[in-house]
Amino acid sequence: MLMREKKVKMLAETRGDKIFDIFINVIMGFILLIYIYPLIFIISASVSDPNTVLRGEMWLFPKGFTLMGYKHILQYKEIWTGYLNTIKIVLLGVPIAMSLTISAGYVLSRKEFKLRNLYMGIFVFTMFFNGGLIPTYLVIKQLNMLDTIWALILPNAITMYYVIIVRTYYNTNIPEELHEAGVIDGCSDIRFLTSVALPLAKPITAVMALFYMVDRWNMYFRPLIYLSDRKLYPLQLILREIVASSNMTPEMLEGFEPSEYAIMVQISNLMKYGVLIVASLPVLLIYPFVQKYFVQGIMIGALKG
Amino acid sequence: MNVRKTEQKTSAYSKVLSKGKKSYIGEVGRNIIEHWQLYLLITPTLIFFIVFNYLPMYGVQLAFKEFIHIKGIMGSPWVGLRNFERFFSGYNAWALIKNTLGISFYQILAGFPIPIIFALMLNEVLNKHYKKLVQLVSYAPHFISIVVVVGMLDIFFSQSNGFVNIILTKVFGLEKGIPFLVSNSWFKTMYVFSGVWQNAGYSAIIYIAALSGVDPQLVDSAIVDGASKIRRIWHIQIPTILPTAVILLILESGNIMKVGFEKVLLMQNPLNMQSSDIISTYVYRMGLLGSDFSFATAVDLFNSVVSCILLVFVNNFAKRVSSNSLW
Repeated sequence: MLMREKKVKMLAETRGDKIFDIFINVIMGFILLIYIYPLIFIISASVSDPNTVLRGEMWLFPKGFTLMGYKHILQYKEIWTGYLNTIKIVLLGVPIAMSLTISAGYVLSRKEFKLRNLYMGIFVFTMFFNGGLIPTYLVIKQLNMLDTIWALILPNAITMYYVIIVRTYYNTNIPEELHEAGVIDGCSDIRFLTSVALPLAKPITAVMALFYMVDRWNMYFRPLIYLSDRKLYPLQLILREIVASSNMTPEMLEGFEPSEYAIMVQISNLMKYGVLIVASLPVLLIYPFVQKYFVQGIMIGALKG
Repeated sequence: MNVRKTEQKTSAYSKVLSKGKKSYIGEVGRNIIEHWQLYLLITPTLIFFIVFNYLPMYGVQLAFKEFIHIKGIMGSPWVGLRNFERFFSGYNAWALIKNTLGISFYQILAGFPIPIIFALMLNEVLNKHYKKLVQLVSYAPHFISIVVVVGMLDIFFSQSNGFVNIILTKVFGLEKGIPFLVSNSWFKTMYVFSGVWQNAGYSAIIYIAALSGVDPQLVDSAIVDGASKIRRIWHIQIPTILPTAVILLILESGNIMKVGFEKVLLMQNPLNMQSSDIISTYVYRMGLLGSDFSFATAVDLFNSVVSCILLVFVNNFAKRVSSNSLW
């Protein structure tokens, strides 16, 4: 077969194709650039003298190295409460979301579950139509969940898209023979889930956990509308304030002498870069290791579901 | 192996139910008793959907009422279509609709083909390591938060000291730099293309997966027949991913009216409001910030209904043009 492949490869290389290949590689190089460059820029900017950045002198590597930005970020308390709150949201919210999603996905994948289509219909309908912003807000209010962490993790606990992915996975990866064998041995439905199906579904469980973690970590709008107590603000909310602000908040001025106020504006720019890095750091660090799981997850769900 | 095993597990109750008529209710009842654990497992999820998705639908009636806080939803008086009249006769109704639709269509026009093209090109890259690197790097932005993305936009495209404008003025000799972030004419473009930057790589994954299903023998015989790469792409790869693409297109069009609301909100400012205000942000401002509950609910309802109609329309259209559709 190798000879034939070699022959085919030789036939394949027409002149047009060679140009095509070069073209593709150049484009891919350009794409690499537009993704990597902003990251490098921001990292460098976060440790550079703000004036060099403003004047455009700094464009790749840091100029006028300074750690002032990060120093002030470390001192800025609200960032750290924000971090803490976000971590709380993830630790609390992800297990809840996971248990609901997996149980639903599992049950929906079982052929013995006669009302499958009915439940699917009820669930999927919500993907396209729901009460709307105000009515949902009113429900949350009536449940006394306003200004609590629950408003952030309960209403959106289940993403139907993920349930479908889980269901598809169980459908295609748990052979029916396994279940039949279990039934003969007197295995109950729940027992089957915990002892057989779940262990077999470790990959998809990991993927779901990652997806939900990212969703919870990046949450912005929900906290915006449901929280008014600043102590509960998650990271993204604080981040937004810093990045979008042209004014200083009192908290930012902590630890500064009045004579330093002029420098403050510069520092605030410096902080903007640093804070972007600080907020995205966990995600960016973990990402290279787990990205292949994300890819698997989508492929499973989207192709078959 | 056949069906007999389930019959061995029926309990006494279901035996009673199964005597006589084979009604559907009877069947379901039996199913519930026999597999009560499954029903139990899925009940929490059902409760969640009911409480947080279906219960709010009860509040939708506010759209047809005049909400008086003290009297609650039930006690507030009906006013028929007055909220809708108010919306449509307002000075900005048309602008809102125009912006919403405009941004959506632009997004689909630009944002839909790009992942496909990207996937097709990536598929042709010969060096495996290069390919993997580009993939890895292009998926990454999907996972950073929208706050960070908009923050990056501010940093790079600011008129006075954004890097892009610095290059434009210093290298290309432009006079003042382009007000990317505060001009009405640039809003849609900034919105759409930052979205493409963030999500194209991720969206391409599905297409890349689909492309891996192409029959290599088909490709080989095309090569032997003398087809150039471009012809091969046109005749083999594209038809392979067409079904997937159609379904995704339908799903996206269902979101037309719900244009990425968070991002618009973050990118909005008083200077570009004219072109950046969409129906959803209007609902947010009027309803939550302005506490005009019934009015906001009405506008939101209008938004959702139009979305639904569009979704059904596009689905049926797809059904006729190709053989793929959502239902």
